Amino acid sequence: MEMIFFDYIIFPGILFTLAAAMAVSWIDRKVTALLQWRVGPPVLQPFYDFWKLFKKETVIPKGGSVMVFLLSPAVSFSALILVSVILLKTTLTSMAYIGDIFVVIYLLLIPSIAVIMSGAASSNPLASLGASREMKMVLSYELPFILAVCVVLIKTGGITDLAGIVAYQNVHGAFIGSLSGFLAFAVTVVCFQSKMAQVPFDIPEAEQEIMGGAMIEYSGPPLALFVAARWILMALLPLLITMLYLGGIHSALGILKYVGVVVLVILIKNTNPRLRINQTLRFFWGIVTGVAAVSIILAFLGL
Amino acid sequence: MSKEKKKVTEIPIGPYHPLQEEPEFFRLQVEGEKVVGLEIELGYNHRGIEKLSESKSFDQILFLVERICGICSTSHPFAYVNAVEDLAGFKIPEKAKYIRTIVGEMERIHSHLLWLGLAGHFLGYNTVWMWSWKYREPLLEICEKVFGNRQHYAMMKIGGVRRDIDISKGNLIKKGMEDLLPKLDMLQKAVEDDPVIRARLKIAGTLPKKEAREYCVVGPTARASGINIDIRKDDPYAAYDLVNWDVSLRKEGDVYAKTMVRLEEMRQSAKIIKQCVDKLSGLKGDIDIDIKEIPEGEGIGRHEAPRGEVFHYVKSHGGSVPYRHKVKAPSYANVLSDEFAVIGGTIPDAALTLAAVDPCYCCTERMQATDEKGRKYSPKELIKLSQEKTEEIRKKQAK
Repeated sequence: MEMIFFDYIIFPGILFTLAAAMAVSWIDRKVTALLQWRVGPPVLQPFYDFWKLFKKETVIPKGGSVMVFLLSPAVSFSALILVSVILLKTTLTSMAYIGDIFVVIYLLLIPSIAVIMSGAASSNPLASLGASREMKMVLSYELPFILAVCVVLIKTGGITDLAGIVAYQNVHGAFIGSLSGFLAFAVTVVCFQSKMAQVPFDIPEAEQEIMGGAMIEYSGPPLALFVAARWILMALLPLLITMLYLGGIHSALGILKYVGVVVLVILIKNTNPRLRINQTLRFFWGIVTGVAAVSIILAFLGL
Repeated sequence: MSKEKKKVTEIPIGPYHPLQEEPEFFRLQVEGEKVVGLEIELGYNHRGIEKLSESKSFDQILFLVERICGICSTSHPFAYVNAVEDLAGFKIPEKAKYIRTIVGEMERIHSHLLWLGLAGHFLGYNTVWMWSWKYREPLLEICEKVFGNRQHYAMMKIGGVRRDIDISKGNLIKKGMEDLLPKLDMLQKAVEDDPVIRARLKIAGTLPKKEAREYCVVGPTARASGINIDIRKDDPYAAYDLVNWDVSLRKEGDVYAKTMVRLEEMRQSAKIIKQCVDKLSGLKGDIDIDIKEIPEGEGIGRHEAPRGEVFHYVKSHGGSVPYRHKVKAPSYANVLSDEFAVIGGTIPDAALTLAAVDPCYCCTERMQATDEKGRKYSPKELIKLSQEKTEEIRKKQAK
């Protein structure tokens, strides 16, 4: 029993995940700054930001649903901590939980649902616009993402636990080496870019259009949780990509691969303008789903 | 309230909004993501410049109008000196003409670079924002070295200019222009070649030629819609008819065209500046004329500011202060055209379109006071109201 608490709260749970997510967030800000000819923040800046928000007052909008408004950041945050525990625990102990990849896929949907909930609970036209945009985004990227994961399942011959997938790659080589694996990798990167709400898919929170969308009414600790959830997402999704297609982070090379995926995400973010929501839907349901379907066929053919 | 009205959601853009550097209020009426209406509310930044200038001497007004706008800080003085010189019939020395042209064009380049950066920011493309402002920085440094300040150069003077540009300073400016051109090429390539940027900019916020004419838009906004107007060509002043350059023109009227027009204009400005510096180095003589007094009369002055035509009207009854000074800024015509360009598009396009006319609200502000019945107050009534209010406050404080 104590072990579970330790796992969830200290390592690899809340404390460790937060620290790692802050580190990734700092990498994001530093690389972005260097790309833009700026200096960038000090290493502890994400922590300062988080701590400052925690000390601020919480303002609850009039006419909103208080429970939903306050709970949705907590739901989002705790779901992501759970994902972090699953991913890191399987990496560290190589224990096989049959079907945990499905659990992770479901849990990763919860932050999006939390954004929709909070947008609906804020009683603000901009927040509800953000919620409706988030809904459309979920509809657009979820299908190609699941198709891309299916490629992995086909290639492993039906292994549905993450530790097994990583172990299989360590024996047979990383999936990105094959054509279908590479296509699935590309599809997943694009889908995760929109799951993380990064440019060019930061449509649900577009600062210049709808001023942060669902986040607009948040302040103080709930906002801190929301922001932390964003950072954790930014740290976890590259980790999941590394485990699914690049063979995990067991070695120094694996960690390098992980950092490489993080930098790839940052580069995409900094070399694109934001798309419109209709363009995004067309993009995901057209090209991305098409590529995902092709990669499934290729995987069946053994390529 | 009819049923139809209830369906429309109102998105407030402003008075304080990340999209805008200055307070202004746009009520965007939307159905889902589609924009069906736009109401523009001006007047948050009204400073009473025209009234103020009636109490200042002709020389002091230069510094006042310089502060109408922070970015195009020389376009209002430029138009103002044109107006006063038109009033009095002064002929300025040739050297002053070239120096004025250089100041005006330097300002156009750095203002357009600023706009390009902001456009990138509004697209969510912050890298373009930072890069374009990085390229703007050397220009501002040249401004500081040559004109004495990064902004608010105070170079204009009735009858000439305040500071001379000698050969070493001229070479500095020329070198700055030569360094700038490859960067402009790079930015233009980035906009032309990137399919994602094109997908966002094309067709967004289209203002066809007919509507552009009806809304009387000016400057790059008009030239992007295919209307060939440019005060520098149509009614040449300073040295614009002494150098060789072209008006940049596009037909489409969308945000892409506006971007392209501005990029081309920067290149033309660099061309103008280089020619001016060359001609200036061979000229000798004064940079201003001696002025004793401003006679009775009225005059108009125009200048093609980075955002369009700036118009100044000055009327003098003799003496040291003008009787009337009227200012018309370009954004006043351009902002209202958003009403047409935004409707029918989506919210992201609307945000972009509002920014694409390069609005400068504090130049624009007009004020009209009305009572509940919609009757307009005259200036005299307003002064009376204000005096009564002051009296009330004074009484309250006395208690």
